[in-house]
Amino acid sequence: MKFRDTIIALLIGIGIWQALVVLTNAPHFILPSPWRVAKAAFESRVVIADNAWVTITEVLIGLVIGTVLGVSTAVQLALSKTAERLMLPILVFTQAVPVFALAPLLTLWFGYGIWSKIIMAVLIIYFPVTSAFHDGLTRIDKGYRDLSISMSAGKLNFMRHIQIPNALPSLGTGLRLAAVYAPIGAVIGEWVGASKGLGYLMLLANGRAKIDLMFASLIVLACITVLLHIAVGMLANRLTRYAQGITPDRK
Amino acid sequence: MNAPPGIVLEGQHRIDGKLLFDAELQLPDGQWTCLLGRSGAGKSTILRLMLGLETGGEFSGTFYATDQAPLEGRISYMAQSDLLLPWLSVIENVCIGARLRGDDLNAERATELLKRVGLSDYADQKPSSLSGGMRQRAALARTLFEDRPIVFLDEPFSALDAGTRADMQELASEVLANRTVLLVTHDPAEAARFAHQITVISERALHNWPVPTTPTLRGINDPATLSCQAMLLDHLRAVTP
Repeated sequence: MKFRDTIIALLIGIGIWQALVVLTNAPHFILPSPWRVAKAAFESRVVIADNAWVTITEVLIGLVIGTVLGVSTAVQLALSKTAERLMLPILVFTQAVPVFALAPLLTLWFGYGIWSKIIMAVLIIYFPVTSAFHDGLTRIDKGYRDLSISMSAGKLNFMRHIQIPNALPSLGTGLRLAAVYAPIGAVIGEWVGASKGLGYLMLLANGRAKIDLMFASLIVLACITVLLHIAVGMLANRLTRYAQGITPDRK
Repeated sequence: MNAPPGIVLEGQHRIDGKLLFDAELQLPDGQWTCLLGRSGAGKSTILRLMLGLETGGEFSGTFYATDQAPLEGRISYMAQSDLLLPWLSVIENVCIGARLRGDDLNAERATELLKRVGLSDYADQKPSSLSGGMRQRAALARTLFEDRPIVFLDEPFSALDAGTRADMQELASEVLANRTVLLVTHDPAEAARFAHQITVISERALHNWPVPTTPTLRGINDPATLSCQAMLLDHLRAVTP
């Protein structure tokens, strides 16, 4: 049912696109028809796949590093009131700097390779992951804390056995955001300076008036983002089900 | 488990400078004390004080065990909410204390306790599949797993339906026999059936109430229990909290 709806929505979208092409009579180097784009995508499939692979690598590595950093920061903040008091304002302040504005700097520091893009992706997801997870760690039923105090629990054991599992749904929320942001970070990094990646390919195609190739790259990028979003969404659901004690085989 | 000590508490508790209670409380060793009072009278505060939990106020006074050893680590606690962790199975919840202290899990003991509270068949299930009464029985098994000489119960049965509550009360009275128990409740019937000592908190003070001479756990229709219950209720209704 859901799959059928998606297909229908897709066909309607392509229909509107085609109608626009016909109605506006725009030249193909301004607005190529769906057919032209499909043809360009097929003809340049190797180039697109090569560059898509680079972007995917940047996004995935960025996601992993950003999540690890975000999770450990959140745990640290939740463990230490002092760290929380000192770090939270700094974190919020750094969010006032638009990360995009840092892209040229990152390219200068880390070069044209994938690392400047990975770091861009890490910077962009670090805060949402940290803040969502920290929120989950600290927003906990007071009763659990009372119980563990009465049980003479250590702070670290309380964190490990109660706070962290309890915060997994919030981590899921952070990861969902991260999955949407990470590709943006990587592509912006590629726009600023790169010799590979879908962002680079789009700029290149644009510069050479190969708008059909640019559209094809854009669509591939959108598909990657959607797939990533679905995969991370499934992971997030799993985390939530685990924390709520709902096993998948039992309704 | 060593012989359970009694507890003595003396002192005043203030919230923002305002006196909540000026108390003198003695919990006799190995017996059930029911602490009764209206909402907001400070029942739970007394219990939380002795457990070392946040009370939102300031206590000036003292409390100690009658055997002079520190109280810390000798009180187990059961609240109104079962506080079972949804991601752990019932048996894992029973031994959560061992995990939290980094001790070895004694699964054998946990299994035995689950049997005692009648939850053997649910050991590997998640709490979400249990009814309210069963969840509270699991929480009772968890309290027993701590195996401490003193047990504090903070209205643990008040959210249960009448039938389940009576079952739970009888089970608790059986499995917690011979420990020093402080049961905080607002239910006169509960106090009249269980208590070796009934302490009423009203008008910022604590005083002991005459207890029926019949042995606990008293029958529901025992005349002495019923009259004690009725008088308690009258008293609670008459006082301002």
